[in-house]
Amino acid sequence: MKQANGVVKPKTRRAKRFLDNRASKLTENVKNSMIMKGGNTSLTVTQALKDIYSLKKPNADIESPICFCLQEFFSKKTDSSLFLFGSHNKKRPNNLIFGRLFDFHVLDMIELGIETYKSLSDIKTSKCPEGTKPMLVFAGEAFDNDNDHKRMKSLLTDFFRGPVVPSVRLAGLEHVLHFTALEGKIYMRSYRSLLKKSGCRTPRIELEEIGPSFDFVLRRTHLASDDLYKKAHKQPKALKPKKKKNISHNTFGTKFGRLHMQKQDLSKLQTRKMKGLRKRGRPVVEGEASLKTADTE
Amino acid sequence: MFVTFSYDVILGKRSTCFQKPKMAACSVEDVLAKAEQEEAEKLKSISVQKELDLEFDIGNLVAYDKNRIDIRKFRQQKKDDFLRSLARDNTQLLINEIWKHPTERVEEVIVVKLPEPTTPLPREKPPPKPRPPTKWEEFAKLKGIQKKKKTNLVWDDVAKEWKRRWGYKRVNDGTKEWLIEVPETADPNEDQFAKRNKAKKEKVAKNELNRLRNIARSQKIKVPGVGLTPTAEQSKTDLARAVSVAKVSTASVGKFQDRLPKEKAPKNTGKKRKFQPVIGNFSNEKQRQLDMLKVMDSKKPRLDVVKAANKQMRADDREEAAEKFKKGGKKGRKGGNFSGKGGGGGKGKGGGGGKGRAGGKGRGPPGGKKGSGKPGKR
Repeated sequence: MKQANGVVKPKTRRAKRFLDNRASKLTENVKNSMIMKGGNTSLTVTQALKDIYSLKKPNADIESPICFCLQEFFSKKTDSSLFLFGSHNKKRPNNLIFGRLFDFHVLDMIELGIETYKSLSDIKTSKCPEGTKPMLVFAGEAFDNDNDHKRMKSLLTDFFRGPVVPSVRLAGLEHVLHFTALEGKIYMRSYRSLLKKSGCRTPRIELEEIGPSFDFVLRRTHLASDDLYKKAHKQPKALKPKKKKNISHNTFGTKFGRLHMQKQDLSKLQTRKMKGLRKRGRPVVEGEASLKTADTE
Repeated sequence: MFVTFSYDVILGKRSTCFQKPKMAACSVEDVLAKAEQEEAEKLKSISVQKELDLEFDIGNLVAYDKNRIDIRKFRQQKKDDFLRSLARDNTQLLINEIWKHPTERVEEVIVVKLPEPTTPLPREKPPPKPRPPTKWEEFAKLKGIQKKKKTNLVWDDVAKEWKRRWGYKRVNDGTKEWLIEVPETADPNEDQFAKRNKAKKEKVAKNELNRLRNIARSQKIKVPGVGLTPTAEQSKTDLARAVSVAKVSTASVGKFQDRLPKEKAPKNTGKKRKFQPVIGNFSNEKQRQLDMLKVMDSKKPRLDVVKAANKQMRADDREEAAEKFKKGGKKGRKGGNFSGKGGGGGKGKGGGGGKGRAGGKGRGPPGGKKGSGKPGKR
């Protein structure tokens, strides 16, 4: 790959746009994932990888590197920062490694073994359209208490969440991925939600199982050190919301602001002019003046 | 509606503007209870009982359920059914939460506006660093030169239209001139057009080199100087400089590199004098001047006499050794098989021997008086 530090200048506008897209930006692109098949895979693993690929279709690429070490090269080529590597050997049957990269170096890697697996084709129901943003639910105390599980929660959210959008079509909230952590195992189920009429505005949910269902067992983890993890989370200053000054609230919640005005010349204030009180030398008749003020009021 | 009813009940009279046909068993409490029951039934379908409330991140459409999962129930029921009912409850709560957010209508579709995602997730790449200023930008900042914004289009009177200031079909395109006057000082046989092309290529190359130098400076990588990466025709000085740099680029900084038979010692290879910028750090300049005054005031001599004497003695010894070897070498030469390396090695050894001795010797007379104050070596 050519040097990316500006030494080689792109010769066309299109190339420049392509390079700018891949450069580090303030608000980043959707994370692309790389689904890799290892040298030796069983049928289960191959099928599982295919299913997850179809879940993540627009933002995923399938590669078959010969060795896992080529992963860095491939991630630079496809500009992916998430990867899923599937392999199978006697010691670790049906192995899936979920991982993510920061600046093309490995940040976190979690190895999960597939114990039970039902593929998309096994469950015969109508599926969700490709590219729907799924709703994710994480159930179980382990996701809150155990450090490994916390990182796994973050990794799975990153992996499955899809593009970040400002608004979502209400009728399009169909796909639900449910993860349950129980007794050292993680159960992943994928449902299609049907929004039924209820008496009020919020619909009632009925679930129908579609999609692949996995029973994972947590094997090894390779988590990033704390300072690398913190470094990866550093947001650029420009993205932080600008604090609006001069806004204060009182105890009732009323919004207050302060208006700064120039000094007013009180002698030139615009007030109501009583015609009769004008200094023109006209004799002021008291009766008339009082009548006039009553009218103007 | 409720307020007027209760008011009536309290005061015991019916309001005049409210006309309702009298029903058989109509009392306020009954109607209220009925309304409440209806509401509860409506809500029953969407309400879920949980010990702990779920946490939501609506920006990412994620819900976190921290409740304990009843393992006994999990084992009793079929696994999938248990998980499905749990999922249904959690999804219902998530949907309830999503529906609380404001919606709007976009092209006949009802869309809910999501807030910003709250779970912190790591970035893909580190945030972009601000570009370090180029050499010109630094100078401009120092001098206070502002960048003047120029328009892209300039009116061209000749063609009577707006043309670009730079780029394709620009206004003052020197390369498109088809008539060049030969200046009086120039050779009449010289090709002026070729000269113009060459000048343009050189300008482009210079610009490119400066751009790369700026990048290298910003990344702190050393870039070789002019002439060391040969591009075009090089002058004698450029080649000489390239040769001298190549000579010094060995592990022992060129000490044992022999010179060619007629090669002259390179000049101007000492340290380049670095001058401070004219306008810059005033405090720095002041400090420097004061330091210089302090040095001038102090009584200590700037020249370390001892060191100078030793150095001179060493140099003398080395010369003597070289002469001796030359004489000896000339005598012992066998048919011209005099390898350069042997001679160089000999010289080096002689010099080394001389140096080792000078340490303990005379600290007396300054300067180099040849042959005086030394024990008989010959």
